Amino acid sequence: MAKVLKATDAVIVGLGWTGAIMARELTRAGLDVVALERGPDRDPAADFALPAIRDELRYSVRQELMQDPKMETVTLRHRLDDKARPVRRFGAFLPGDGVGGMGTHWNGNTFRFLPSDHNLRTHLTERYGRARIPDDMTIQDWGVTYDELEPHYARFEALCGVSGKAGNIGGRIQAGGNPFEGPRSGEYPNAPLVSSHANELFRRAATELGLHPFPAPASNSSAPYRNPEGAQLGACQYCGHCDRFGCEANAKATPLSTLAPALGKAPGFRKVTNAYATRVLYDAQTRRATGVRYIDLRSGETYDLPAEIVILSAWVFGNTRLMLLSGIGQPYDPRAGTGVVGKNYCYQIQPTVQLFFKDEELNPFMGAGGLGMVVDDFNGDNFDHADLGFLGGGYISLNSTNGRPISFRPTPPGTPAWGAAWKRETAKWYRKTALVLCEGMNYASRANSIDLDPTYRDMFGQPLLRMTFNFTQNDRAMADYLLGKAAEIGRAMNATIVAPQPRKGDFNVVSYQSSHNTGGTIMGRTPADSVVNRYLQSWDAHNLFVLGSSVFPQNAGYNPTAAAAATAYWCADALVKTYLKSPSPMVQL
Amino acid sequence: MLDRRGFIASGGVLALVPGGAAAAPTADVVTKDNPAATIDATVEPLYALTPREAEFLAAVVDAFIPADDLSPSGSECGVVAFIDRQLAGAYGAGARLYQEGPFQPSNGQPQFGSQSPLAPLAFIRLGIAELDAWAAAQCGARVSQLSPPMLEALLRDVEAGKVAFPRIDARAFLAALLQLSMEGFFSDPIYGGNRGKASWRMIGYPGLPATYAKAIKNHRGRRYEAEPRSIADFL
Ligand SMILES: Cc1cc2nc3c(=O)[nH]c(=O)nc-3n(C[C@H](O)[C@H](O)[C@H](O)COP(=O)(O)OP(=O)(O)OC[C@H]3O[C@@H](n4cnc5c(N)ncnc54)[C@H](O)[C@@H]3O)c2cc1C
Ligand code: SF4
Repeated sequence: MAKVLKATDAVIVGLGWTGAIMARELTRAGLDVVALERGPDRDPAADFALPAIRDELRYSVRQELMQDPKMETVTLRHRLDDKARPVRRFGAFLPGDGVGGMGTHWNGNTFRFLPSDHNLRTHLTERYGRARIPDDMTIQDWGVTYDELEPHYARFEALCGVSGKAGNIGGRIQAGGNPFEGPRSGEYPNAPLVSSHANELFRRAATELGLHPFPAPASNSSAPYRNPEGAQLGACQYCGHCDRFGCEANAKATPLSTLAPALGKAPGFRKVTNAYATRVLYDAQTRRATGVRYIDLRSGETYDLPAEIVILSAWVFGNTRLMLLSGIGQPYDPRAGTGVVGKNYCYQIQPTVQLFFKDEELNPFMGAGGLGMVVDDFNGDNFDHADLGFLGGGYISLNSTNGRPISFRPTPPGTPAWGAAWKRETAKWYRKTALVLCEGMNYASRANSIDLDPTYRDMFGQPLLRMTFNFTQNDRAMADYLLGKAAEIGRAMNATIVAPQPRKGDFNVVSYQSSHNTGGTIMGRTPADSVVNRYLQSWDAHNLFVLGSSVFPQNAGYNPTAAAAATAYWCADALVKTYLKSPSPMVQL
Repeated sequence: MLDRRGFIASGGVLALVPGGAAAAPTADVVTKDNPAATIDATVEPLYALTPREAEFLAAVVDAFIPADDLSPSGSECGVVAFIDRQLAGAYGAGARLYQEGPFQPSNGQPQFGSQSPLAPLAFIRLGIAELDAWAAAQCGARVSQLSPPMLEALLRDVEAGKVAFPRIDARAFLAALLQLSMEGFFSDPIYGGNRGKASWRMIGYPGLPATYAKAIKNHRGRRYEAEPRSIADFL
C-alpha cells in the first residue's frame, strides 16, 4: 500500500528544463511546489570539476549522466506488423536523469522555430493547397502562434544568456543574422561566440553561394552574464566537452546554472530526488488529477503525493508513459487512426557531409556546444516546395563541437576501420576534418507512434514504452535534397574530399543522431486531435499540464529546447494569470 | 593451463611485441621514438581474463593498431590491460545494459543494437573461444599463433560476414572488440590504455585542460601544439 503524504499545491514530475521553469514560475506565484525527480541531485561545483569532468570515456561513451536503461528503456519496431525489440543500450538519443535532466548535458543550440512551424497545416495548405499534404502525414497546427510565443522565447533566451546575432528585429532584417527567422522583440543577450576557422570557411563559401550564413544561437555564454534570476554564468572556454558533459566553467546554461540558485531560495519549493513517478492519480469521475504516485528508489517505498495541480515534465517518453499507465486520455491506435495519447511521435533525420582539407589546420578539439555557422535557406518552408517531391527541410550547419578522439576521428571513404592504413589516415586527417550537418525535420505520419509494450517491463514490472518508428518517403527525399545542398557548400569550401553520408535503411538506435524526439502528448485545437490544449492543459483533467517537446504535433528542422521552454513559459503564464483565479478548462469547446 | 609465469616464460605476449621491443629503452615516457619505455604487457595483472585470452586479445589488438612510426602497437599501449579492466568492472558485468528477456536475435538487423543476453565480459569471452575454434579448424592454429598477415585476413573475413559462429554473431563480436580497442587506445591514460598518450600524440590531441578561450581565435587556421596532458597530470 502506498503511504499518503501531506498534500501540496502543485507536484512536478521531472526536474529538467521544463520542470525547473514551471517550478520557478509557480513558486514565484506563491504556491507550494514539490518536484519529483527520479535521478540524483547534482552539485556542479563538485560534480563537474576539473580534471575529472574531461573524461570522454566516462561521460560521453559510458553515459554517466544519462538514464540507465537497466531501470527503464523503450522498445522499437519499424513497422506495425514487426515485433519490437528493446533498446538495450541508448545510442541514437540519450535521455537525461537527475536534477537538470538532459538540460545538464545538452549542447546549447538554442533555436526558435519558424512561425510556419507553429501553424504548419494552415501554412502549407494556404501556400500549396490541401491536396499537397499526403493523407498519412498527420501534421497539424500547434494552436499557439509564433507571435504569442515570442515573449516566451525571449524570456528563455534571457534566462540562458544566449549568444547570437538577431536576423529580424520587429520585422527589420539585420545583417549577419538569420533573415528567415520570425520577428524578434530584441537582440540576443550575448554577442555570438568567437567562430572557429572551420566556421569561417563555411561562412565564406555559403555567402559565395548566395546563402545567408549566421552564427548559431548558443546557450554557451560568450561573456560573463547575470541572468534575470540573478544567476551568474561564466564565459565559455571552448573546451569541446559540452554535449554529454557538465560545464566546468558554468558557462553553459542549464537548469542547474540558471534556475537552481533562485529555486533553492524560493519559499515553498521542495525537490525530492530518487523519486520515480509511476502514476498520475486520476479521478475519472470528476476528471481531475489528484496527485502522483512514486517509488522512493532508495527505500523501495511507494508514496502517494496529493496535489491540486499536477505537472508532467518527464520528457517525451516519461510524459507519454505516465499518461498511458494512468489511463488518462484515449490511447492512439495507428491502424484505426483513433485516439490521441502516443500519436505523432517524431524524430529527425540528419544526413551529414564529412569534409577533409589537406591544407587546413582546424584544431577540432577546440569548440563549444553551440559553436556553429548555419544556413536556414533550406529549412521549413523557407524555400519553394512547389516543384519538389517533399515538404519540409532543415538547417545546414558546420559545428565546431565534440572533437574528442574516442568518438571523433573521421577518415576518408574507403579507409578500413582498423590496421595500418586506418592508422595512417586517422593521424593524417584528425586535425583537418569538419562535419556539415543537416538538421532535417520529421513530419508526423500515421504509423509513427508510441504505446505500451505488451512484453517488456521496467525494473518494477511496469510496461515499457514501445515506439513504432521509421523514416518516411518524405523524410528521405527531403534528406537527400539537404545533403545535396550541404555537399555543394562543402565543395565551395574547397575541401579536398567531400564525403556525403546519407541516412539509409531503417531507423537505427545504435548511432547517435539527436535527442530531439517529439510528440506523444501533442497539443492542438480539439480533444479529437490532441492530448493538451493550446495552454498545455489536459483535455481530460483541467488541473493536469504537460510540458516539453512531447506536445509538439510534429518536429521542426531545429533543436527543440527553446520551443519546449517557450511553451513551458507560455503555459506557466496562463496557469498563474488565468487558471489559478478560476481552476477550469482554459479552452471552452 | 599455463600459469602466469609459465606463460611469460613460454614467450606469450612477449613474442607478439614487434621487434622484441620489450627489451628496449629506459626512458619513462612513451613516444614514437621510444615505443616501449615503460611497457611490458606481460607483467600487467589480469583481472577478468585468462592469460590465453589476453594473448588472443594482444594479437587482435595489434592487428587493429599495429606498431609503426606513428605509435607503438595497441598492446604496447596497454589496450589489452584496458579491455581486461573494463571487462572486470561494471561495464563488463552489464552496467547500463537492459538485460530483461525475452531475447530475440537481431536476425542480421544491426539497427536494434546487440540483443544478446550476455553481458560484455561473457560476450567477449565467448567470442574469443569461438574465433579461436574457427581459427583452429580453418588454419590449424589459435588466433595468437597466426602470422600477422594470416590474422589480418581472418579478421577481414569476420568483418565481411564470411565467418559464422554457432552461438553469437561473429561480426557483432568483432565490432565490440574494435570498439573496446579504440576506447582503450584513445581514452585518457588513467584507464590503462593509451600509455604515454601515444594516440593523442599521433593525432595531435592535446588532452587537458581544454580551455581555449584565446586559442580559438589566435590559432585560427594554425596548428595548436601542446604537450598532451592526462587527468592524472592534474592530481
Ligand atoms: C547529448 C545531448 C545534446 C543535446 N543538445 C541540444 C541542443 O544543442 N539544443 C537543444 O535544443 N536541445 C538539445 N538536447 C535536448 C535537450 O536536452 C532537451 O530538449 C531538453 O533538456 C528537454 O527538456 P525537458 O524538460 O523536456 O526534459 P529533461 O530536461 O530531460 O527533463 C526531464 C526530467 O524528468 C525526469 N523523469 C523522467 N521520468 C520520470 C519519472 N517517471 N519520475 C520522475 N522523474 C522522471 C528525468 O530524470 C529528467 O530529469 C540535447 C540532448 C542531449 C542528450
Ligand atoms: S564548451 Fe563552453 S559552455 Fe560548453 S562545457 Fe565547455 S566551457 Fe562550458
